[in-house]
Amino acid sequence: MFDWRWDFTFEILPRLIVATGNTLLAAGLGYAIAVVLGLVFALAQRTPFRPLTMVVREAVEFIRSTPLVLQIFFVFYVGPQFGIRLSPWTAGMIAIGLHYAAYLSEVYRGGLESVPKGQWEAAKSLNLSTARTYFRVILPQALPPSLAGMGNYLVGIFKDTPMLSVIGVAELMHTANAIGSETYRFLEPFTLVGIIFLCISLPTAALIRVFETWVRRKLGLG
Amino acid sequence: MSYFEFLGQYGDRIASGTLITMALTVLSALLAVAIAVAAGLMRMAPNMAVRGFATVYIEIFRGTSLLVQLYWIFFVLPLFGITLEKFTAGFVAVGMNLGAYGAELVRGAILSVPKGQWEAALALNMSPAKRMIRVILPQAVLIMLPSWGNLLIELLKGTALVALISVADLMFQVKQINGTTFMSAESFGTALIIYYVLARFMITPFMRWLERVMMRKMGRA
Repeated sequence: MFDWRWDFTFEILPRLIVATGNTLLAAGLGYAIAVVLGLVFALAQRTPFRPLTMVVREAVEFIRSTPLVLQIFFVFYVGPQFGIRLSPWTAGMIAIGLHYAAYLSEVYRGGLESVPKGQWEAAKSLNLSTARTYFRVILPQALPPSLAGMGNYLVGIFKDTPMLSVIGVAELMHTANAIGSETYRFLEPFTLVGIIFLCISLPTAALIRVFETWVRRKLGLG
Repeated sequence: MSYFEFLGQYGDRIASGTLITMALTVLSALLAVAIAVAAGLMRMAPNMAVRGFATVYIEIFRGTSLLVQLYWIFFVLPLFGITLEKFTAGFVAVGMNLGAYGAELVRGAILSVPKGQWEAALALNMSPAKRMIRVILPQAVLIMLPSWGNLLIELLKGTALVALISVADLMFQVKQINGTTFMSAESFGTALIIYYVLARFMITPFMRWLERVMMRKMGRA
């Protein structure tokens, strides 16, 4: 194909594979933050304290309708203005974690709303505390319907990590860019990045579907 | 410098960036809709080659990042003799990416049109094209419009990435302003609010309006 150089390809491949590790690490860390924080957002919207629910609701809407790349810049550059210095990794993880927490909170919300009302009433009549009701009765039933959405966003966060390159996180896209500006060859690095993304996201998406049916079968949901 | 002085000084640049962002959004939305309908229909074609082509397109664009696609179109495509101006490269990348997501919406909506509608059209001896255009698609549009609302917000957010190939959109302008003034909270904060306003007070109401118009047209209001 055109002037694709295989020797160059094999020369840069190790660097790209190392960077893939960073991409996976960023996606994993960001997702871990999002999974926990998303649940906090979802539960906060169910408290009886109106001002809190409204503020969280608006914040989630705000985060969901503004670009992630802008949020990354915001978190990274606004801190120093007030004397807080964040490393690119910290800022990136906060931004991407918050962004996906907003998305995941919507997924959890759907799951929580799908738990039949009778379950609440039953827990109440058994005199379970609110915390106990959530952890032992409601959440175990709310999670399976949320799994599909959670899986989609796992792949989503992975595909959004290249945006971290804008503040200098040395992930895949950042490395490909660096190789491009060192060697003036963009064809191989950028194409390889695309191929690496495909090689990870397509099987992951398939695995998630398998896992989802497995969980549903385990729980006797068909 | 107070915030009002900041707005006074940089207001026009922010406004011109916002206009570029809106233009990008409209152009890439048109492209995305066209691609989504074409790829969504091709996905269901009886011909294996056509179906395969659409599947490969959708999987590639959904399986990689928009940023990767944007860089590829802007930096690599010229090596194949296709040089796009950066504004064009920007909206083409966003449109092709979101078009792939939209194709799945189109396919899902068409499949969820009740079977009786297909059979009725067949019984009336409509040609396949006529059946699709007169009977199936209008009902599919009604089914998929709410999802398109979300997709268009994703698209608006996607256009912010074109700043990275120096298209002078809102994101690019505030990045430049931040670079000269170091007023990060003001510059990036303003842009965040503008994106939010565009999404919630322009795209969402527009889609609601479109849903109502379509409902009325279909006699379901």
